[in-house]
Amino acid sequence: MTLWTPDPTFYPSPRDAAAAPAERYAYVVAFDRQAARPDAIAVLDVDPSSPGYGGVAGWTDLPYIGDELHHFGWNACSSALCPNAPHPHIERRYLVVPGLRSSRIYILDTKDRISPEVVKVIEPQELAERAGYSRPHTVHCGPDGLYVSALGGANGQDGPGGIAILDHQSFEVLGRWEQDRGPQYLAYDFWWHINHDVLVSSEWGTPSMIEDGVVGELLLGRKYGHRLHFWDLRKRRHLQEVDLGDQHQMTLELRPAHDPTKTYGFAGVVVSVEDLSASVWTWYRDNGGWQARKVIQIPAEPGDPDDLPDVLKPFGAVPPLVTDIDLSVDDQRLYVSCWGTGEIKQYDVSDPFNPVEIGSLRAGGIVRNQPHPAAPDLALRGGPQMVEVSRDGRRVFLTNSLYGSWDDQFYPDGVGAWMAKIDTDTFTFDERFFPHGDDFRGLRPHQVRLQGGDASSDSYCYP
Amino acid sequence: MTATGVTAALLLGAFHGLNPAMGWLFAVARGLQERSRAKLLASLPAIAAGHLASVALVAIVISATGSLTTARTVAIAGGAVLVGFGLWRLLSKRHFRWVGMRLSLPQLAAWSFLMSSAHGAGLMLIPLFTGMHTGHAGHAGHALYGSLGLAVLHTLAMFAVAGVVAVIVYELAGLTILRRAWFNVDRMWAAALVAAGVITLVQA
Repeated sequence: MTLWTPDPTFYPSPRDAAAAPAERYAYVVAFDRQAARPDAIAVLDVDPSSPGYGGVAGWTDLPYIGDELHHFGWNACSSALCPNAPHPHIERRYLVVPGLRSSRIYILDTKDRISPEVVKVIEPQELAERAGYSRPHTVHCGPDGLYVSALGGANGQDGPGGIAILDHQSFEVLGRWEQDRGPQYLAYDFWWHINHDVLVSSEWGTPSMIEDGVVGELLLGRKYGHRLHFWDLRKRRHLQEVDLGDQHQMTLELRPAHDPTKTYGFAGVVVSVEDLSASVWTWYRDNGGWQARKVIQIPAEPGDPDDLPDVLKPFGAVPPLVTDIDLSVDDQRLYVSCWGTGEIKQYDVSDPFNPVEIGSLRAGGIVRNQPHPAAPDLALRGGPQMVEVSRDGRRVFLTNSLYGSWDDQFYPDGVGAWMAKIDTDTFTFDERFFPHGDDFRGLRPHQVRLQGGDASSDSYCYP
Repeated sequence: MTATGVTAALLLGAFHGLNPAMGWLFAVARGLQERSRAKLLASLPAIAAGHLASVALVAIVISATGSLTTARTVAIAGGAVLVGFGLWRLLSKRHFRWVGMRLSLPQLAAWSFLMSSAHGAGLMLIPLFTGMHTGHAGHAGHALYGSLGLAVLHTLAMFAVAGVVAVIVYELAGLTILRRAWFNVDRMWAAALVAAGVITLVQA
C-alpha cells in the first residue's frame, strides 16, 4: 500500500527518532524447545496506562513446528528516507521472521490488528536454491532489498554463511549478496555505516558447530568466530578482516553508531578461553582501514563446582557470557547482557573508547538465580539475554533465552521464560512489568521488536 | 517556441526542483554529512546536469524521429509512450534503486540522469516537443533547436528551485519537515503523465 505522506515511523535522523512517541506493543518471538508445538509471536502490552499492561495482548501461532524463531526485523524502516533511493511512502507493516533451525522465513502483517497474521512463508528450498544459504538470522531493511544473514550453507554444505537479499515488495529471495567474500566463512550478525557504503559482519559458527550445543573441543581449540569483516556495501566486496585474537570466541552482536557521520561501533564477544571473561570492542576507521580495540572486559565469577552445570564444572567459575549488546539511538548508552552471571550493565559511551559503567541490575544467573523484584520468592533461571532499547532511550526490554540447545547446557534444570523492563532514568526494574512462566505458554522468548521501531531496527542517512 | 510552451517547461522544472527525490535532498544530505554548505552547493550543478541530459535525450529522440516521419506519427507514438509509462508508474510498486551514498560528482550526475529518466521527467515534455513539429513541419533542425532550448529552460527552473529549497532546508528548516511535507508526488506525476499522453493523442 502506498501512502500520501511518509510512514510516520520513519525519521530522517537519530535525533528525530529519539523524540518518537512511546511504543504500545512489543513483538516477542517465542519457540518450543521440544519442537512439538508451533513457535509463536507474542504481542506484549507495554503501554503503562493500559489495563492489560505487562500482559500478553496478542498471540500468533506459526503454521509449522520446529522453526526455533530467533531474530527478526521489519520490511521497511527509516532508511526509506535516504536520498539515493527514496521510497518513503511505503509502510512499516510486515515482520520478517526467520526460523533459525528450520530455515523457513515467515512474513507477518501487523497492520490494524494486534496479533499479526502470516501472509507468506518462504521455504528453505527457495533460500537454498537462490542464495545457497540456510539458518537465516539477522534481518535489516537495506537500500536495495531486505538483507538477511544466514549461518549455514545449503545443498549439503555446512558453510560458508553469508547474506541473502529478499525483494522489498514480493519478499522473494533474490540471491546471494556477496560478489567477493574474500576469506569470510563464518557468519552471524551484520549492520552498516550506511552513509559510508560500509557493511560490517561478525562470526559465530556453522550449523554443525552450534545446533547440538557448544562443542568443548571447538571452543578450547578456538574454532568459533573471532573476527569482524568489513565490506564495500555498494560493490558487495570484502574489504578487510579484523581479527580480535582467537582467544576471543564468538563475536556476536554489532551495534554501529546511529549518527551517520560517525564511523565506529561496538561488538560483543561471548567468552575468552584464557580466563572466561567477556568483552566489548569498539571498531573504528583509521587511515582508511578499520581497527578494533577492547574497551570493556567483564571477568568471570568464581562458583562452587557443585552449583555449576557439567559444561562449567571443570572451570569452577561462571563466565559472564555477553550474548547481546544494544546501543541507544542517541549513541550515548550501551547496554550489555551477561547471560551467564545474570546481570545487565549500563555504560556511558559518549566517549566510545572509554565506556564508563553507570548502572547494573541482577536477574537470574547460573549460580545466583536472582529473583525479579516483582516476584521476590521466585528463583529465576536464564539471565538478561536479548536486550532492546526504546527509541527515546527511556525503556529497556530483556528476555532470558539464548538458543535452545545452549539454554539446556548452561541451565540444565530449565531456563524458564521471562521478560523484564528497565526504566533507564532510575535504572530499576519496572515492578509492574514481568511477564513470565505461563504467560509464554511453555515457549521460550527471544528477540523483542518494538512497535514503530527500536534502537536496533533503523538506520538513518541524516545526522 | 510559444509562451505557453515556455511557461509549461518552466513550471514542470519548478515541480521537479521541489521533489525531494529528484536531487535537492541528496544535495542536503551531502552537505550535512560533511557539515559543509559548499559541498551542498557543489552537488547541485551535477544534479542539474544529469537532469538536463535526461530531458535533452527525449528532445533529441523526438526531433530525430520527427525528421524521418510525419509530425502526426510522432505525436501518436509519443502519446502512447506517455500513457504506457504513466500507467506503469501508477501501477508498479517498484522504486528506484541505487546502492551507495558516497558518490563523486560525475557519479552524482549519473544518478540524477537515471533518477530523472526513471521518473519520466523528459517524457512529460513530449507534448511540447511534438508541438514544435506541428508548428514547424519540415523544419527538423529548427524543431531540435527549439526543443533543446525548452530542455535548458526547464532544467534552469529545476536547478533554481532545488537550490533554494536545499539551502532553506539546510540552513533553516531542517529535515524533520520531510515527515509531514514529503507528499507522494510520484502518484500525481504518474497520473499527469497519463493525462499528458491522452492530450497529445487527442491533438494528433
